[in-house]
Amino acid sequence: MYAVNYHKPASIEDAVAAIGGADEAKILAGGQTLLPTMKQHLAAPSDVVDIRGIGGMTDIAVRGDTVTIGAAATHAAVAGSNEVGSICPALAALAAGIGDPAVRHMGTIGGSIANNDPAADYPAGLLGLGATIVTNQREIAADDFFTGMFSTALEDGEIITAVSVSKPDRAGYAKFRNPASRYAMVGVFVAKTGNGVRVAVTGAGEDGVFRHAGLEAALAGNWSPDAVDAVEMSADGLMSDIHASADYRAHLIKVMAKRAVAAAG
Amino acid sequence: MSEGIGAAVKRKEDKRFITGRGKYTDDIRMENQAYGAFVRSPHAHAEIKGIDTSAAEAMDGVIAVLNGKQLKDDAIGDIITGWAIHSKDGNPMNVGAWNPMATARVRHVGEPVAIVIAESQAQARLAAEAVEVDYEELPAVAAATTALEDGAPLLHDNVPGNLIFDWEIGDEAAADAGLAGASHVTELDIVNNRLAPNAIEPRSAIAVYNDIDDHYTLYTTSQNPHVARLVLSAFYNVAPEHKLRVIAPDVGGGFGSKIYIYPEEITCLWASMKTGRSVKWTSDRSEAFMTDAHARDHVTKARMGFDADGKIVGLKVNTVANIGAYASLFATATPTYLYGTLLSGQYNIANVYCDVKAVHTNTVPVDAYRGAGRPEATYVMERLMETAAREMGMDPAELRRRNFITEFPHQTPVIMTYDAGDFHALLEKGQAAADVAGFAARKSEAASRGKLRGIGYSCYIEACGIAPSKAVGSLGAGVGLWESAEVRVNPVGTIEILTGSHAHGQGHETTFAQVVSDRFGLPMDNITIVHGDTDKVQMGMGTYGSRSGAVGMNAIVKAMDKVEAKVKKIAAHTLEASEDDIVIEDGEVKVAGTDKKMAWHEVGLAAYTAHNLPDGMEPGLKEGAFYDPTNFTFPSGTYICEVEVDPETGVVEIVQFTAADDFGTVINPMIVEGQVHGGVTQGIGQALLENVVYDEDGQLITGSYMDYCMPRADDVPSYVLEHSTTVAPSNPLGVKGCGEAGAIGSPPAVINAITDAIGNNNLTMPATPQKVWAAIQEVGLPQAAE
Repeated sequence: MYAVNYHKPASIEDAVAAIGGADEAKILAGGQTLLPTMKQHLAAPSDVVDIRGIGGMTDIAVRGDTVTIGAAATHAAVAGSNEVGSICPALAALAAGIGDPAVRHMGTIGGSIANNDPAADYPAGLLGLGATIVTNQREIAADDFFTGMFSTALEDGEIITAVSVSKPDRAGYAKFRNPASRYAMVGVFVAKTGNGVRVAVTGAGEDGVFRHAGLEAALAGNWSPDAVDAVEMSADGLMSDIHASADYRAHLIKVMAKRAVAAAG
Repeated sequence: MSEGIGAAVKRKEDKRFITGRGKYTDDIRMENQAYGAFVRSPHAHAEIKGIDTSAAEAMDGVIAVLNGKQLKDDAIGDIITGWAIHSKDGNPMNVGAWNPMATARVRHVGEPVAIVIAESQAQARLAAEAVEVDYEELPAVAAATTALEDGAPLLHDNVPGNLIFDWEIGDEAAADAGLAGASHVTELDIVNNRLAPNAIEPRSAIAVYNDIDDHYTLYTTSQNPHVARLVLSAFYNVAPEHKLRVIAPDVGGGFGSKIYIYPEEITCLWASMKTGRSVKWTSDRSEAFMTDAHARDHVTKARMGFDADGKIVGLKVNTVANIGAYASLFATATPTYLYGTLLSGQYNIANVYCDVKAVHTNTVPVDAYRGAGRPEATYVMERLMETAAREMGMDPAELRRRNFITEFPHQTPVIMTYDAGDFHALLEKGQAAADVAGFAARKSEAASRGKLRGIGYSCYIEACGIAPSKAVGSLGAGVGLWESAEVRVNPVGTIEILTGSHAHGQGHETTFAQVVSDRFGLPMDNITIVHGDTDKVQMGMGTYGSRSGAVGMNAIVKAMDKVEAKVKKIAAHTLEASEDDIVIEDGEVKVAGTDKKMAWHEVGLAAYTAHNLPDGMEPGLKEGAFYDPTNFTFPSGTYICEVEVDPETGVVEIVQFTAADDFGTVINPMIVEGQVHGGVTQGIGQALLENVVYDEDGQLITGSYMDYCMPRADDVPSYVLEHSTTVAPSNPLGVKGCGEAGAIGSPPAVINAITDAIGNNNLTMPATPQKVWAAIQEVGLPQAAE
């Protein structure tokens, strides 16, 4: 790792100031992607600004039918949260299946979605649930937040503070792990919400997480695994690598969609 | 006795290993220690036009930046391959020169070009990034079959067509005739996938040069420190042997990858002399993927012919073996004398022929890795047998039974003389333990859950304990493959055993002590094993090829024979009895049939006080022996794998794996069990998960665990283990060796089980979910699952 200046501000204002005062700052939350990247000299920020000490950043609270999860809440905290479980057990289950125990006790929900790894789980969960991403500047709908592989709607210096999720009627997640990395090679999150059926796919798209209109239409008409069978699945726009061709990923999207619907009940 | 041969004694060494108090090379800190970081080629093939070190030299903490030309100017030798192979036309092999650091051309990604020595590891690494190497890229080739094609990029001027040798074994005309007369011929195209070794401890070295005595000490992660010293002295001109001490302390796994003396260790020694500082280098995992010798990487066409009764009448095998950019120490032996010689398997075959073309490519050198040649041979044989049985509509076990060798010694047509085995017994034990009779019911139960269940066999034989020096010498080996031992009985009767074997996870401190405990009836706690230091142990050939038991332990036995003879002389003299009447048991030296006796330690004391020894006897009680075996040993076994395949995804679950092995005499069944667990898990890794992938330009795609898939605990089942023993006649202990068997025997059992489940023989390793799913699509779902 190259030499780097480390900041741990206690407030959003101090964090913004630290970011603004640096040549090239990176926000550090759980560090599960950033730190390995820095160790391999693939990232070389001048400063890292650790946001875990900011008040409220790890809070999880329910108001009405909505749970708000602090950006620095770890995957383990989300997985074990009664509040998350009361609103969306599928999201808690998704968190419980990220990485391994060490990763889950360090990695955070805000860090995961800010990085928007095309094989990460949370982007599928939040896009599938139509979540709202709260920053120090505004609120962003998940549909507008995830803008492509490793890219988001976040502006320079904008800090995610929380994520809020409203209770779906039903939701489920199924993923097929990459045998080596155990990231999602295909992950499908399905949700039946007051605003209709949403299906989000991670691990497969060349542009990162995406909603699948064909699956959404089929499941809106008939919420059952069988409804998935008739959906035309194109390999266009899907990733192809040494682990899985685009065709195999297209096939797995259907299989995982069926399993996600079955898990959702 | 409870601690003797056959007792499942807990491992003495585990207390320090599991409490984190092992002492590995990187744990060692020297005074005035500096750190080395290598500048490595990002290109698979390129000319070096220039190296600009000025920026790096000016950086904080940098002591020196040294390159390959300086190293060559100091007469440090090129890296050798230790086994001379001749092509079938009689010509000696052609291998490209291997400079420890590249001087003019780089030939694989990761090849070292320069080393930075700095005060800290971070400073060394930063400065290494600042060294500017001017490369002119050349076309590269990564696949061995492509490298043989006309017009392929050529790696070495002295290796036309990239062909190192075109070797053969067996009688081609006889094999052709056998195949021509066969009533059925099974033909397979086989790829044995390339592996990366991945010992848990990466390679590491600390080189310490003492200018007062002009003496070098190298602490390093080695499976054979004496061989390292020999090669560093005799071939690399680092220092004469008496001025070079090599210490291999605790080593965290090797699997073959730590046999070799790599560029980094040589360079650290030389750099220590150049800088006057102790130089430490520890590989990170990324470097390990780019520099530790890879394994396997064969492309094979195999044809096996059968008569109407299912008897094998001919076998012909044509293999292209990828050797990588340079020929590493055992690289030329592995795909020849450790491969072609096992192509008779457990079967009585009159006509076997094998041709192997060894090829340079722009990849990391390929060398011996757990099994080394024998997994490749077993995979060819056992895929052929299972596939042939299916094609002929026979039970695969019955086909094997009809061809088993039943009389020993048995001379195969490919050099080996099998000296003992009972293959029918192994198959029966394996089938009983695996409940083969109940398979049909399990298959239909699995089908009711939507799963495809399959069963596959592998009946392996391997040759290990390598081996008689005279025999390997006649086949081209550059060294003898004996082992040495010294038994030191202290005046108080405790014993130190010095051995040339090296333990890097195998548990020698326990098993070797058990052999001594068994012989003299002494508690294991009174026995210490000393190894891994050329200043303590005079000479040794090290640990690989499952040879520590079959060769190393038998050297101890030979030394104990001499100790016992002297002990009996002393006791007979003291007790006024005949030597022939002296017996040693339970820690006492007795006159048989009387109550006259001496305690073991009293004999020790008598030897050292020397107040009353027989006339002419030297004082002391210390004996050494060199043991050279008379034959390889031949472990064998039947492995039976059962899988369930999810037809929707292609995911394979190994639901049962049975290993019935014949390892000869077993010293510690618990340790042997552990060796089988580890070996089979590595074999399952090869069959299902592991694969080194280069792209067409020679870039390493699988350079980290994000892409290179190691087996995890949840990838493997709880194993069912059985033994059926025939004692090895070639050594006093009757042991055969167990370190590699699991990795040798298991891959074909796994693939045979999957291909049985899906009804398609067209499947290559690693059988990833994608490949299995595609193979199912190719033939459609078997009826039972629909």
